[in-house]
Amino acid sequence: MDIAVDNLQELHQQAEKELADIQELKQLEDFRVKYLGKKGLVTEQLKQLGSLPAEQRKAAGQRINQIKRQLQQAIGARREALAEAALQARFDQERVDVTLPGRVVAPGGIHPVNRTMNRISDIFSQLGFQVVTGPEIEDDKHNFEDLNFPAHHPARTMHDTFYLPDGHLLRTHTSPVQIRAMKERKPPIRIIAPGRVYRSDSDQTHTPMFNQVEGLVVGEDITFASLKGVLEQFVSAFFEKDLKIRLRPSYFPFTEPSAEVDVEWQKADGSSSWLEVLGCGMVHPNVLRAGGIDPEKYTGFAFGLGVERFAMLRYGVNDLRKFFENDAEFLRQFS
Amino acid sequence: MKFNEKWLREWVNPAIDTDTLAEQLTLAGLEVDGMAPAAGEFSQVVVGEIIACDKHPDADKLQVCAVDVGQAEPLQIVCGAPNARTGLKAPLALVGAVLPGNFKIKKSRLRGVDSHGMLCSAVELGLSDDHSGLLELPDDAPVGKDLRDYLDLDDTVIEVDLTPNRADCFSLRGLAGEVAALNRLPVQAPDCEPVAAAAEDIMPVNVTATEDCPRYLSRVITGLDPKAATPVWMSEKLRRCGLRSIHPVVDVTNYVMLELGQPLHAFDKQRIGDTIEVRRARPGEKITLLDGKEATLDDSYLLISDSQRPLAIAGVMGGGDSGVSEATTDIVLESAWFKPSTIMGKSRTLGIHTESAHRFERGVDPQLQGMAMERATALLLEITGGTPGPVNEVLSVEHLPQPAEITLPRKRIRQVLGVDLTDEQVQEILESLNMRVSTVDDGWRVIPPSYRVDLAIAEDLIEEIARLVGYDRLPSANLSGELAIEPLPEAVMAENRLRDALVDHGYLEAINYSFVPEKLMQQTRQSGPFIDLANPLNEDMAIMRPQLFPGLLLNLGNNLRRQQADVRLFELGTVFDKQPGENTPYQESQHLAAVRSGWQHDETWAFEKKPMDFFDMKGDLEAVLKLNRQPYAFRPATKPWLHPGRSADVIVDEQVVGWLGQIHPQVAKALGIKKDVYAMELDASAIRQSALPRHEEVSKFPAVRRDLAVMVKISVNFDEIRAVIEAIAGPLLKQVILFDVYTGESVESGCKSLAIGLILQEKNRTLSDKEVDKVVDEIVSSLKDELQAEIRGSG
Repeated sequence: MDIAVDNLQELHQQAEKELADIQELKQLEDFRVKYLGKKGLVTEQLKQLGSLPAEQRKAAGQRINQIKRQLQQAIGARREALAEAALQARFDQERVDVTLPGRVVAPGGIHPVNRTMNRISDIFSQLGFQVVTGPEIEDDKHNFEDLNFPAHHPARTMHDTFYLPDGHLLRTHTSPVQIRAMKERKPPIRIIAPGRVYRSDSDQTHTPMFNQVEGLVVGEDITFASLKGVLEQFVSAFFEKDLKIRLRPSYFPFTEPSAEVDVEWQKADGSSSWLEVLGCGMVHPNVLRAGGIDPEKYTGFAFGLGVERFAMLRYGVNDLRKFFENDAEFLRQFS
Repeated sequence: MKFNEKWLREWVNPAIDTDTLAEQLTLAGLEVDGMAPAAGEFSQVVVGEIIACDKHPDADKLQVCAVDVGQAEPLQIVCGAPNARTGLKAPLALVGAVLPGNFKIKKSRLRGVDSHGMLCSAVELGLSDDHSGLLELPDDAPVGKDLRDYLDLDDTVIEVDLTPNRADCFSLRGLAGEVAALNRLPVQAPDCEPVAAAAEDIMPVNVTATEDCPRYLSRVITGLDPKAATPVWMSEKLRRCGLRSIHPVVDVTNYVMLELGQPLHAFDKQRIGDTIEVRRARPGEKITLLDGKEATLDDSYLLISDSQRPLAIAGVMGGGDSGVSEATTDIVLESAWFKPSTIMGKSRTLGIHTESAHRFERGVDPQLQGMAMERATALLLEITGGTPGPVNEVLSVEHLPQPAEITLPRKRIRQVLGVDLTDEQVQEILESLNMRVSTVDDGWRVIPPSYRVDLAIAEDLIEEIARLVGYDRLPSANLSGELAIEPLPEAVMAENRLRDALVDHGYLEAINYSFVPEKLMQQTRQSGPFIDLANPLNEDMAIMRPQLFPGLLLNLGNNLRRQQADVRLFELGTVFDKQPGENTPYQESQHLAAVRSGWQHDETWAFEKKPMDFFDMKGDLEAVLKLNRQPYAFRPATKPWLHPGRSADVIVDEQVVGWLGQIHPQVAKALGIKKDVYAMELDASAIRQSALPRHEEVSKFPAVRRDLAVMVKISVNFDEIRAVIEAIAGPLLKQVILFDVYTGESVESGCKSLAIGLILQEKNRTLSDKEVDKVVDEIVSSLKDELQAEIRGSG
């Protein structure tokens, strides 16, 4: 019996020594077969248990099974280590320079004026304003007459108008959309009308085409106070700053009372100045009537803002004309 | 309207400084556009009198003057001004004086002659831009007196940008009324008492256009001193208000216009006939105006004429040969009210802007004519002397605007402004603006002063109330009101989705003007009819664009010239068609267009550097088309501006919605572009129309793939092959994959070989090999029959 135990000890030591030298999975499998396979050295020992005297069988059996388990564990550990090493070797081989540029299609960009227009629309849509549009070639009736501009009225000289040979004109403001919207809808009305407008004027601060967003609200409890409130909130939301605004009396034939709105703008040197950003007012009763709305029952306010002006302030663009030159390097700054 | 602060303060003098006054005006709706000192900064300039004038011994253009400045001895001054002469009084800058621009006056030597100071022109003192010679001071100017004190130059010129409704503020009287109301102060008006006639002379006036001119006042004044000069206090006020001193009579009319707001006109009585007529012009009638221009008139013009000829275009400008001159001794002074709509637009049409027309077309106080006549008479008698006749008034009272009577309901104020004001506040404000206010049921009845021709309805009064309270002191509130949910069509793609798709493919969005040069239309081979502008700014902005891509091509060319190697631009905007639209005078549609030139990819280690081609652009376009999940197709097409072998119509839902192709090389060349350029243009609204997604059961059964190598003539389009496949495979066909297109060695010349993968699948069972073989066999034989295809292998 003692001899059997010594043999087992020797077998175990021999196996562990062999295992330590194994470097490849294939060798490891051969090793497993050699010791633990059906005809393996350890398996053979188990098979021979029956030939041992009964009183030795139990101890020998336990010892053999212990060796078997230990070898199985060692093989498992070895397999993992080898697999890990192999994986590591593969990783080393597959390494890339992660700083090489990727296969990207660099995005282009939305035009800053439309980016601004979208932002304005998004802000007003929070208050339930619907976006509507109207034609850019208009007639005198929609552009002037229905908006309470009599023929030859000096107020028309504020709008240098492009005409077509047949008397139609390029709309000088988005306000004609007010009339169209009122005719199509019933109060309460809350709309904004973004779009291109045209004035025959070209210098550093004027381009013959520019973009406006018109706003119109008509309802039963629409007051100058609500106009002020909406504009204050809009300006703060747009610039993400609590900017001070001031309304001062002005004149538009289609609103009464009318106001011009200035924002207090901080300059780089710390000083501030008032910048005119939009015109607004309470819709003139004649305009409500032209839109088929009873001015006794309903009131309304309207405003019109120049989109480029807001874009210039927001993004620090210093020359209006840059918006229409479509220089890729300029446009890319807004991507 | 430009005015000087001191003059305003003669009328009303609130205890506020200049800046506060300016802010007050701005916040009352009279926007201060600019402020400037009445004169440049200077010191130690005094009134000098030239008492002797000799030629400079060594310089032709210089004179050596002895100038009395009230000191013991006259000063010797060398002067180059052409009007330097003995007896002239002019400003003299003493040694030590500092003139505008920090110009220091020192004792100097000019060509060997000492000069102890400098005689000054107006421009040197920052008074005006007149540099024709020395500033000539009146003969009674006190020698030695400091010029700033003498001319009262410590004053500010304020310019207000008046809105067209505030006709009343084109005068000191109107401005003072505003300032008085804002500060609740009384106004000190100048004396305008009637001047009694001292003679019987009148000029008979016959007004035939009574509607255009319901009130015409005239007065004959004889015996004016033709040598009289405009006093300096008057010429200085005129100067500060932006008017030049011309002639004492003209100066007086201008002065009264500035002061009271009534434009006046003076005729030289000896240069006109024996009657004055106020009538419409006869068509084709001509008049030569004061500025020398000849105007040809039609019957919309109102004329002042005598029995022979037109004397003036009423309210706009006088004629050249009937006005006052240096010889004038007898005048006919006119003070009239002309109907604004008769005067409106006339000066614009004639291209002559006058102070008079500017006021008349906005509306002059219809009750002002008499007062202005008396004021002007008094001033004239003071300055030029003379004998006034009686005022001859021709009045057609029924055509004169009647004072408005406005009902202001109390609740309307709340309804419009959203604020409650007390009755006392409302009444006090309106009265401060010189309105006659009486209470009626539920509000007030208000009669505005005759000069407030802009006030007609309750809302006008509400604006007045809001102005006087101060817009900044009115409350603000959240927007309230009932709102219903509006329809939100899911099957219409947002325009921004189209933008985003192209942006994600590297495109920059452009915005071009809607008007394009006519030349560009020819260069890009566009055919009309175009919509022209009647009054374009210039020929580059003459035509409303019928498509977007020509503008984008110009942008692309500009960018290539700015060393951009790869340019991708798009625009989403309106194009115009001469056809009438639905509810619009012309058809306007939103187009989406893009242009691209350069490389397939940005230059990089990762890709071979290849120029972009048709299929890059097509891929970009397909990325857009796939968004709306509608079937689309491309059909070969020819457009004059495209490469004939590389152009296609884009078809969605069996409609042509746009085109794609390479810009014709000659078109590109005409625009200075040497590179290949690809472009597309689509009707944006057509491609925004999609359909709602509709769920279909996903097949649980395996799909089968078979590949075919099909050789066909080069002229056969892939879509023709696909059509054959689709017709036969029907609903079994899940997908057709074109995985290679090959021409070359192993392919017969004039032919191409296409490698096509077919994915077949049945919805509710597994397809057997036999079934698949049968379908593929049929496809093969159809391809052979219909397209003379040669099948080079399948599997």
